[in-house]
Amino acid sequence: MTAVPLGPGAAGPGAAGPGAAGPGRAGSDVAGALHAEWTKLRTVPGTIWLLLAAAVLTAGVSAAAAASTRCASGAVCRVDTVKISLTGVDLGQAVVAILAVLAVTGEYSTGMIRVTLAAMPRRTTVLAAKTAVVTGLVLVAGTIGVLGSVLAGRLILPGHGFSPARGYALLSLGDGPVLRAAGGSVLYLVLIALLSLGVATVIRESGFAIGAVLALLYVVPIIASVVTDPHWERHLQQISPMTAGLDIQATTGLSGLPLSPWAGLGVLAAWAGGALLAGGLVLRLRDA
Amino acid sequence: MTAGTVTSSGVRAGHDGFGQLLRAEWTKLRTVRGWMVGLVVAALVTVGVGLLAHDSCSNANGTACSLPLGPGGEAVADSFYFVRQPLAGNGSITVRVTSLTGQIPTGSSTGRVRAGGGPGSGPSMRSGLEPWSKAGIILAASTSQGAAYAAMMVTGGHGVRMQYDYTGDAPGLAGAVSAASPRWLRLTRSGDMVTGYDSADGLSWARVGTVRLAGLPSTVQAGLFAASPLYTKIVSQSLGGSSGTGGPTLATGTFDQVALGGNWPDGRWTGADIGGAGAMYPQAPGAFHQAGGRIIVTGSGDIAPDVPGSGGGVNISQTLVGTFAGLIAVVVVATMFITAEYRRGLIRVTLAASPRRGRVLAAKAIVTGLVVFATGLVAATVALPLGEQALRKGGSFIDPVSTLTELRLVVGTAALFAVAALLALAIGTMVRHSAVAVTAVIVVIVAPYILATVLSAGATQWLLRVTPAAGFAIQGAYPRYPQITASYSAVGGYYPLVPWAGLAVLCAWAAAALGLAAYLLRRRDA
Repeated sequence: MTAVPLGPGAAGPGAAGPGAAGPGRAGSDVAGALHAEWTKLRTVPGTIWLLLAAAVLTAGVSAAAAASTRCASGAVCRVDTVKISLTGVDLGQAVVAILAVLAVTGEYSTGMIRVTLAAMPRRTTVLAAKTAVVTGLVLVAGTIGVLGSVLAGRLILPGHGFSPARGYALLSLGDGPVLRAAGGSVLYLVLIALLSLGVATVIRESGFAIGAVLALLYVVPIIASVVTDPHWERHLQQISPMTAGLDIQATTGLSGLPLSPWAGLGVLAAWAGGALLAGGLVLRLRDA
Repeated sequence: MTAGTVTSSGVRAGHDGFGQLLRAEWTKLRTVRGWMVGLVVAALVTVGVGLLAHDSCSNANGTACSLPLGPGGEAVADSFYFVRQPLAGNGSITVRVTSLTGQIPTGSSTGRVRAGGGPGSGPSMRSGLEPWSKAGIILAASTSQGAAYAAMMVTGGHGVRMQYDYTGDAPGLAGAVSAASPRWLRLTRSGDMVTGYDSADGLSWARVGTVRLAGLPSTVQAGLFAASPLYTKIVSQSLGGSSGTGGPTLATGTFDQVALGGNWPDGRWTGADIGGAGAMYPQAPGAFHQAGGRIIVTGSGDIAPDVPGSGGGVNISQTLVGTFAGLIAVVVVATMFITAEYRRGLIRVTLAASPRRGRVLAAKAIVTGLVVFATGLVAATVALPLGEQALRKGGSFIDPVSTLTELRLVVGTAALFAVAALLALAIGTMVRHSAVAVTAVIVVIVAPYILATVLSAGATQWLLRVTPAAGFAIQGAYPRYPQITASYSAVGGYYPLVPWAGLAVLCAWAAAALGLAAYLLRRRDA
């Protein structure tokens, strides 16, 4: 109903003129959509602050976690130093979720979504473009946050009893498991963003959407903690997006994990994929 | 708008009165369907998640899981080796203890330490003492579990103690017992009163404590005992609790002088394990050996209140675990109660109709607080009994609490909901964006629990004292006992602050946030 007054290409930045139908059309549609989404997200003042907050919170909480962990001299501390150093991801993900949710619900709250869909009637393309732009931004912020976390762990932990002299290797990305944990944490943040994007597309209201995402992430681990039946607890940890996804950070005691690191990240990827699929379907079928 | 100038002054006063404002805010809250649905969802998940709380009761002996109750009504572990004879009427027992030794498992078996692990789970033992391994003299109403008692004892790491009726504990002489530095212990009964004394030389005695054991029968069981609590060594700690190795331990006390005063009709000692087979508390078989006036007693188990979650009973606050989920829904609704006004521009109408902005915020706070309190009250009132029923059906034993405690859990949970909602309302007023405000409130409330997996215990305890998450202390149902070594973690229902202090911390945060919100609301353009 909203598409009537506007020509299909009228509001699409970088789109070809109305008469320019041709073989390059589909490609430029995608490029145009990407450009539009990038412009929208770039020019909303909140975006840069949220990205900054995600990186700073991730690195800051990681540094605080490393600083609060000590190993008394003479004691044998069974501590996964890599996981400790990446603790900030537990909270940084909340900011990433806000960013992803607002990328969608911001358009609904202002009515902008009607303009967007009028300009780009292929709704799946719109969602795909949003996904791509959010992925890129979170990739950058996540990488900065995670690198900062690893650096903080490398600088702080040796002074707290986790020194190479006592058998705790200095954190280094040249180390296979450390690289997997760090790189996986960045991917984890990206997948959280995609999950949030999907949920937000279904719910469309920022308060409810962020509440749903955070409930999904944080409530299941807390429920699992009171389920004292080990079988049930393990099962909950295997299906919960947060606990399963964060298995990617483990570098010690891998055999005791509910899932292997990559399988855990796979569970989160399935959640994110499912949410995006649901979002895409709802976006296509529902009035904006 | 409604009351014209022709109406009486009473109605006019009401027109810009606070009551009108309250009604306006209540109408706003009531008529947005999503918010009402959100509150109903909050109540439903609070109840529903609580029903998921699940505990399998594994008892090696296949008997029903249950614990004896002490004189105060609390669940207790009452397993020890008792060398006894009846004492008729008033009298006393005096002993000299010259050694306390023990055996603990080598700890090769891994797995979650639970009740009913059985003595067979850790067959290899090495010599060693638990800090609360104990041997001494005891005077009990009967030999049945949960009977009233008073005891004087030497311990592995806490010197001489007088303990009574499971929860009572008073310190006596410090230091370890040995042949070079023996300990004299004495218990005297006079009516309902039992007094414990200790001495380092048998000449100068110090009174450790006097207790009144109400309803003590005229003939009591008295004598020597030894007990040693479960040995646990925590191997790894996760949000789900800790897994460790462990098993029953043994303590052996040597008494080289025993003197009895009063009427002891039997004139000979009988030894038996109290608790024994079928007990939930893992116990290794004890024994006693008597030779030339010297008695050596070996025993296993503990005479102490049960610490729910550490293997015996279940914590009643498990039924309220849905609070976390319910809080998220409540926080969303309370935040949107103000942020939606900004999003839709309704705030300008609201402030035009009632220019005194502080009063608008106050009205919103009162309406939010009352409605959310009512929601929480309904949710907790239903969740507690339903959850208890579900746990019992699963075969679990819930450590009993007083009615007053149950009342506090229900009302406290409702208050937790209400104050968290006020915090959300205040942060929503400051931030004006629902996504950011909702996230901020949820993160400060759940972060300490999420971070508990990785942070050190000290850091977690600190977070639970100063952050709004301290409010969950209102759901702490049981006291922690210094005379029992257990992992008193927040996840297990033990908080660093006492219940009302924890809620007060949350209230302080909410009050500070509301103050700042009122200030910003007045200073900023809407």
